[in-house]
Amino acid sequence: MSDVNTTMEHTHAEAHDHAHEAHHENFFTKYLFTMDHKMIAKQFLITGIFWAIIGAFFSVVFRLQLGFPDADLSWLAPVMGRWLTPDGALDPNFYNALITMHGTLLVFFVLTAGLSGTFANFLIPLQIGARDMASPMMNMLSYWFFFLASVIMFVSLFIPDGPAQGGWTAYPPLSYLLGHGMTLWLLSLTFFVASTVLGGLNYITTILNMRTKGMSMFKMPLTIWALFFTAVIGLLSFPVLVAGFILLIFDRSLGTSFYLSDLVVNGQFLDKGTGSPILYEHLFWFLGHPEVYIVILPAMGIVSEVLSVNSKKPVFGYRAMVFSILAITILSFLVWAHHMFVSGMNPFVGSIFVLFTLLIAVPSAIKVFNWIATIWRGNIRLNPQTMYAIGFVSMFISGGLTGIFLGNSTIDIQLHDTYFIVAHFHIVMGVAAFFGMFAGIHHWFPKMFGRYMNRSMAYMHFWVTLIGAYLIFWPMHYMGMAGVPRRYYTFDAFDAFSQFAGMNVFITVVVMIVFAFQILWVANFFYSIFKGRKVKESNPWGATTLEWTTPVNPGHGNWPGEIPEVYRWPYDYNKNGHEFIPQTVPMEEGELEHEETPAPEKVS
Amino acid sequence: MTTATNTVQANSESNVWEGGQAPFGVKYGKLMMWYFLLSDAFTFAAFLISYGAIRYTVGQDIWPEPNKVFEAFPLLGHGYPLLFVSLMTFILILSSVFMVRAVQEGHQMNKKGVILWLGFTIIGGIAFLSCQAWEWAHLIHNGMTMTSPITYEIGGHGSGAVFVGPLAFGQLFFTITGFHGFHVTTGVVINIIVFLNVVFGTYEKKKNYDMVEKVGLYWHFVDLVWVFVFLGFYLL
Repeated sequence: MSDVNTTMEHTHAEAHDHAHEAHHENFFTKYLFTMDHKMIAKQFLITGIFWAIIGAFFSVVFRLQLGFPDADLSWLAPVMGRWLTPDGALDPNFYNALITMHGTLLVFFVLTAGLSGTFANFLIPLQIGARDMASPMMNMLSYWFFFLASVIMFVSLFIPDGPAQGGWTAYPPLSYLLGHGMTLWLLSLTFFVASTVLGGLNYITTILNMRTKGMSMFKMPLTIWALFFTAVIGLLSFPVLVAGFILLIFDRSLGTSFYLSDLVVNGQFLDKGTGSPILYEHLFWFLGHPEVYIVILPAMGIVSEVLSVNSKKPVFGYRAMVFSILAITILSFLVWAHHMFVSGMNPFVGSIFVLFTLLIAVPSAIKVFNWIATIWRGNIRLNPQTMYAIGFVSMFISGGLTGIFLGNSTIDIQLHDTYFIVAHFHIVMGVAAFFGMFAGIHHWFPKMFGRYMNRSMAYMHFWVTLIGAYLIFWPMHYMGMAGVPRRYYTFDAFDAFSQFAGMNVFITVVVMIVFAFQILWVANFFYSIFKGRKVKESNPWGATTLEWTTPVNPGHGNWPGEIPEVYRWPYDYNKNGHEFIPQTVPMEEGELEHEETPAPEKVS
Repeated sequence: MTTATNTVQANSESNVWEGGQAPFGVKYGKLMMWYFLLSDAFTFAAFLISYGAIRYTVGQDIWPEPNKVFEAFPLLGHGYPLLFVSLMTFILILSSVFMVRAVQEGHQMNKKGVILWLGFTIIGGIAFLSCQAWEWAHLIHNGMTMTSPITYEIGGHGSGAVFVGPLAFGQLFFTITGFHGFHVTTGVVINIIVFLNVVFGTYEKKKNYDMVEKVGLYWHFVDLVWVFVFLGFYLL
């Protein structure tokens, strides 16, 4: 024990020193090159919000093209510049660039770095009772690698031949033929993976090694479990993407042909030998599918926590929740080829992937059932974070059901690459993960910034976003079933799809309204950081977990005195006449653990 | 060493997962190295599986025969199938053995021993990289590059009849052995940094040579990966 303890004490002593030196910190050490996990979390969050605005703006622009293909967009010329043709229409190549950037930015920079980067950094040390991450230095590096990736991606928006245009999946041979934007895209995402791996190593080791006394694995809040498995998934799937990217970079820059076979491009024959683009698809989706769980698991953890705190009831089926996350983690590595049913893969292999894909419905359904059972007959506070959490559950059910359609390889033949799939993944991992993120930000905003966010603005934003998301994506299911393909610049040339012109206009109008309300949310966020109502009590929501035992504005090192010890699980709500019992309160004599509790008497 | 033993004993008394202690009895740095290696193993696995997939697509009948491709030895000339790569492999495995000794001396807090064995490890690493440089140069000289295929004379050197292999062979060879060589290079650089720290007494002041153990893990991993690369390109 002694050597481990020495190190821990050593780290703690260092953390103490930092806390005492707080008043010596200047702007650079406090806000930029900080090693405080809470500040790094805020860096991830604000960078994520920056990218979310850009990514969402891009979606508005390409929706304008789809809804109003004849519109004169020259009023956008100050922002879009060369991306518009002289007569004010969107350039088709830049339409592709917009959808590529929208996907890349939202999936990687916002919902991976912005979501798990923010909450893993913020919550892991606070909720397990640690002064900081295992390696604060690597944590800082993790952010700065992400920053470097962001800078490269941002620069790629302004180069002469435009940013990457190959879709967020960057399938060869198309991605082989594209210009410098694609090179910068690959470079940026390689740095992004370095950031994720550095972060993930830190999250896993911190959770395993730095838990405070008494915090056994099954006394950890579900947020920590979710973030733990998120880190595991990232650590095992991102390296495969890097291998795939290296081969693609070589194909593009060194003249190799890993993914290229004999090609005819613009009438010219490229003698490229024996490579196969399907190899890239396998390597890409080995990350690509686990990636959606990297996006959704942190949101699931946040929602479990928020629903339990705000309905004043223990999470229903805590262990079932943990094992569902574990099951999803394992299955997430066994389903990647369901993205490739029509790629020419052996149909027998496809049938195996159908089986594993449909199996994921089991742990997902367990989780949904448990969320509903958690709030069932609860004393629910309908504050914004609860609304967002319920919105998450709603979106997850709606999007999950369409996943069962798509997971069947036979139905997928009709539905793949149509607006049905666009609707499915936007609802289940896009909007749902955003609702989880909103719930988390509203819930932990008092701990992050010492102030509350404005509620009225949050309610307005919630209702417009929830209804708007359904209005945008529900019609897309019908379009998809009718065969309308995704990623098309315009449908003018197809008589079969002309019936959907009105629907496209409708969707575009809703998109613009919803986008305006996202700007409202961002305004609320920044306004509240500086002008929001101040937090007076250290535990405003009446929660049991450790982050609420810190002062209102915890310094570097989190707890001014000793690290608290933990005696009970994190969901002792409505127990023995107490509304909530923090984890730091020792068990009373004769008090039963939650699993031993006899069923409560029926409430009349 | 005594402290490590104490850790294990202390842990066995209570449930190690109860918090307030490291469940595996190792510090976070070593744990991180293990998880990093796990992650890196997935990168190499992706490369080697890609190798298998492409080779299967190309077809075994036009895949070059390793005994004919790798049959040169510096100064001795041609006709020594796999002799040079055996030497390379031997050097790398030997350097891994040296690393084991260095870690052991670190446990004993024997600075001189660590300097000696870590020094040998570094020399082994540089020797391996030099061999790889020679082999690459030889193959490129014979015409195999990323964009031109491997060729060799079917009946041995000087026999006349020429076999032309697929482009994929050279591309995969240079990419994967290059990626492995990149790992060896970083390993050598990190070993040199740690070596300098040992010489300047950094770890003696810290009272532990854990850093040597961590780079040791990395070094053994790189060695282990070579075994699979060797299997794929030279034996199968």
